[in-house]
Amino acid sequence: MKSTAKNFEDTTIEVSKALGIELLELPRWNCCGTVYSLASDDLIHQLAPIRNLIRVQEMGYDTVTTLCSMCYNTLEQANQLVKNDPEKLEKMNSFMDSEEDYKGDVTVIHYLTLLKEEIGFENLPVEHPLTGLTAVPYYGCLLLRPEEVSIDNPENPTIMAELLAALGAHVVDHPYKLECCGSYHTVDYKEVVCEKTYSILSSAQNRGAEVVVLSCPLCEFNLDVRQKDLEKELAPMPILYFTQLLALSLGLDGNLGFDSHYVNPEPLLRKKGLLR
Amino acid sequence: MIPKISEDTTLLEKVEELSGEKIYSCHKCGKCSAGCPIGVIMDVRPHQVIERIQADDWSVLECKSIWLCASCFQCAVRCPKDVDLTKVMEALRLLILRTNVDQVQISEINKEDLEELPPVALVSNFRKSTG
Repeated sequence: MKSTAKNFEDTTIEVSKALGIELLELPRWNCCGTVYSLASDDLIHQLAPIRNLIRVQEMGYDTVTTLCSMCYNTLEQANQLVKNDPEKLEKMNSFMDSEEDYKGDVTVIHYLTLLKEEIGFENLPVEHPLTGLTAVPYYGCLLLRPEEVSIDNPENPTIMAELLAALGAHVVDHPYKLECCGSYHTVDYKEVVCEKTYSILSSAQNRGAEVVVLSCPLCEFNLDVRQKDLEKELAPMPILYFTQLLALSLGLDGNLGFDSHYVNPEPLLRKKGLLR
Repeated sequence: MIPKISEDTTLLEKVEELSGEKIYSCHKCGKCSAGCPIGVIMDVRPHQVIERIQADDWSVLECKSIWLCASCFQCAVRCPKDVDLTKVMEALRLLILRTNVDQVQISEINKEDLEELPPVALVSNFRKSTG
C-alpha cells in the first residue's frame, strides 16, 4: 500500500474524501504477516494482526477497514480466533506487556463492504459512467475463504460485479473469478503463477473482458507483471484496482496511478472515451 | 529429509495435534483434489495426502505437494466432511520447517527479482517457506 500498491491507497483516499468517508490511518500499524497462521500451537504469529486491532481499540474506535485482501483475511481470521477462544486471547494478552489487553470488540471490514453497506452502490454520485467498458471482477481467495470470513457468497460472489455495474460498466461473469492466482509462489515457482495467470486471463478474454478488476496487491502483481512472460500466448490485459475505476467514474481529477501498472490501461480508457 | 519426531508418535497424531483436524473424518471423495487450483501439477494429489497420513506414511513429508499448496482454502470450503486440508498441509510444512530446513534461500533469489517483487510477495513466501 505504501510502495508498489500506492495507487490503490491513493485512489481510496480520494474516493473516500469525495464520498464523505473520513478515514483515519492507524498511527502505529504493523505488518499483519500477510498470511494467517494455520497451526493450532502457533500463537506467536497471531500477535501481529492482534496488535493492529489493539491499536484500533486504543484510539477508542471499534471498526477497522482494510483494502488489501490479505490484510483483511489475516486480521479477520485472527480476530475470530481470539473471539472464539478466550483461553488463547488470555495467553496472548498476558504475553504482550506494553499494550493494553485486547477485548475482542473490534470489527474488521473490507472497503468493498463498507462502500456497499455505508454508502450503497446505488447512491454513488457517478459523473462519468464507464459506458462501453467490459470489465470482469476477479475476487481470488482471501476475500472469500475460508467461509467464516467471506465478504460474500464464497462460491458465487457478486459484490464487485454490483459495484462495477453501478459505475456503468458492462460486467461479464467468468468461471475463474475465485481461482487462486498462485499467490506467493510468484517468488519461487514463477511458472505456476504464469500458468494460473494464463488460465484466469484467457478465460476472461474469451468472454470479452477488456479489463480485470481486483482488490489484492499480490493478485495485481501476479496477473499484471507475470504477463511479461506470456506475451506470445496472451493479448495484453489491463489489471486495475476497483478504487481506480471508482475514482475515474466519480470524475476525480489527479493521478489515478494508471502508469504504475505493467500493462498500461490508458490506451484502452482513452479509446473508450473515459480518459482525455 | 524426513524429520524423526519420536518413535512412539504417529504421523496422524502429530498432524491432528498441529492442525486441529480429524484426519479420519475424510472419506476420500476427492472433492479437494478436483477443486484444487494447483492439484494437476502436484505429485501427490490433495486427497492422497490425507490417505498417506491415515496410513502413517511419513514419506508424505517428501512430496512437493505440501509446498505447492498456496493455502487458498478452496478445499476447505468444499469439503463435505469439514476437514480443513489447508490446515493439514500447514501442519506437514511445519513438521519440516521446525527442523530448520528452509525451502527458500533468500540469498539465492536473484537481484532483479528481489527489486521487482512486491513486499507482500516476499513476506508471505518467507512466512510459508522458512522456519
